[in-house]
Amino acid sequence: MLAAAGPPKATPLNDLHRELGARLVDFSGWEMPVQYTSILEEHRGVRSGAGLFDVSHMGEIEIRGGEALALIQRLTCNDAACLEPGMAQYTVLTSPEGTFVDDLLVYRRGPHEYLLVVNAGNTASAFAWLARHAEGDVEVVDASGNWALIALQGPRSLSILQPLVEADPAPLRGYRFMESRVSGHHAIVSRTGYTGEDGFEIYLPSDGAPDVWRALLEAGKEAGLRPCGLAARDTLRLEAGMRLYGNDIDATTTVLEAGLEGIVKWGKGGFIGREPLVLEKERGVARRLVGFELEERGVPRQGYPVLVDGETIGRVTSGTLAPHLGRPIGMAYVPARLAEAGTRLQIGIRGREVPARVVRMPFYERAR
Amino acid sequence: MTEGNGSYPADLKYTREHEWVAVQGKVGTIGITQYAQSELGDIVYVELPKIGTQVVAGERFGTVESVKAVSELYAPASGEVIEVNAALSDTPETLNQDPYAEGWIVKITIANPDEIGTLLSAADYRKHVEDEAN
Repeated sequence: MLAAAGPPKATPLNDLHRELGARLVDFSGWEMPVQYTSILEEHRGVRSGAGLFDVSHMGEIEIRGGEALALIQRLTCNDAACLEPGMAQYTVLTSPEGTFVDDLLVYRRGPHEYLLVVNAGNTASAFAWLARHAEGDVEVVDASGNWALIALQGPRSLSILQPLVEADPAPLRGYRFMESRVSGHHAIVSRTGYTGEDGFEIYLPSDGAPDVWRALLEAGKEAGLRPCGLAARDTLRLEAGMRLYGNDIDATTTVLEAGLEGIVKWGKGGFIGREPLVLEKERGVARRLVGFELEERGVPRQGYPVLVDGETIGRVTSGTLAPHLGRPIGMAYVPARLAEAGTRLQIGIRGREVPARVVRMPFYERAR
Repeated sequence: MTEGNGSYPADLKYTREHEWVAVQGKVGTIGITQYAQSELGDIVYVELPKIGTQVVAGERFGTVESVKAVSELYAPASGEVIEVNAALSDTPETLNQDPYAEGWIVKITIANPDEIGTLLSAADYRKHVEDEAN
């Protein structure tokens, strides 16, 4: 990823992070809290109770107008025509090669009004891609600077949030959202997240963010709500088998290789990247993103070689010692013939070949 | 970078790579410092040398991994490994919780006592850490 020019940007919550003693790092051009106390404690806190994340670095792109849906349909592989107002969808901005411009959430806010939430590091390129293809009655606005984003994640999220929202968020199902007031501030309250737990993502105008952050921490005090950094967000999403742009997916990996055929809607009509994906499907995918577990101690990390019979056949794209599961897990691209669950591989960890086996993802799934 | 970094026992000797060594006669006990564990964060894996390994001053003898980083261990002095803290394999978090006592890593016989004299005192190490943090 290209380093952003100039000093990192600060989210509206930057001062609060400093007060809370967060360790701040430059991430995709933003100064972000990577951890407050301990990554393990933050991770486990989200699995058992609740955690609060500042993810205001994410990009928000507003699309409106009579041709808004047509634009989104042409540039993404999922079927946005299925969305009613109040519904959200995980999808991909596909390149002409069927690879990733970005992965994102599309929110339908009104008949002709959509909000696209893209990765921080891709905001500029995703916006440029959308704007370049906009034709007719459609307006594309990079509104990232106007929006803060607070994620409240974990099994106790609902009970913490409920007293602060004007309308009851309990009826919201997954990938549904409503517009209401949180601590008096207008907000989009969305039942989505990137941790594998129940939870909410709260989009609100930047000036209201410190208020809402404080109110949530206060409301969640007894439930053990704690602020969590991006490091815990990364281990949580990895345990939940969720891909990360820049690690597991990018402009060189296709949507099918990444195992996301479920969100490729072949029957919806044409979209950029459809033809190469159709061809790839017909011919068979050459390599696949798989989950693996080490069978001995060790920590797999991004870039480590994946070997079979001493030959490097792939690279680890994400890896960690899964804090909740207590096992070393990771993702890697391997030739399709080696993608079956149970296949034996080795991970090269500083010259040592550590036995591993392919496992189904997600590694962790919450009880429902 | 202030909290948790202030503790450097005066009876230990230190390396610039953040190991400590306690010398008792011919035996040196080696670990990592408070600063090192704090910078690494949650330690989840320790790769220990085998007993009988000859370690060389300034050279790698093992690895400590936290959730976010891999860090090599460098020997403060040369000698033969006579004991390893095998409990760290199951409870690597001991390195975070008690780096100067329960979190010791290996014991060696010190081959060349002169090497100890080249290591940092607690005061010099503290200064080194402060320089590194700024």
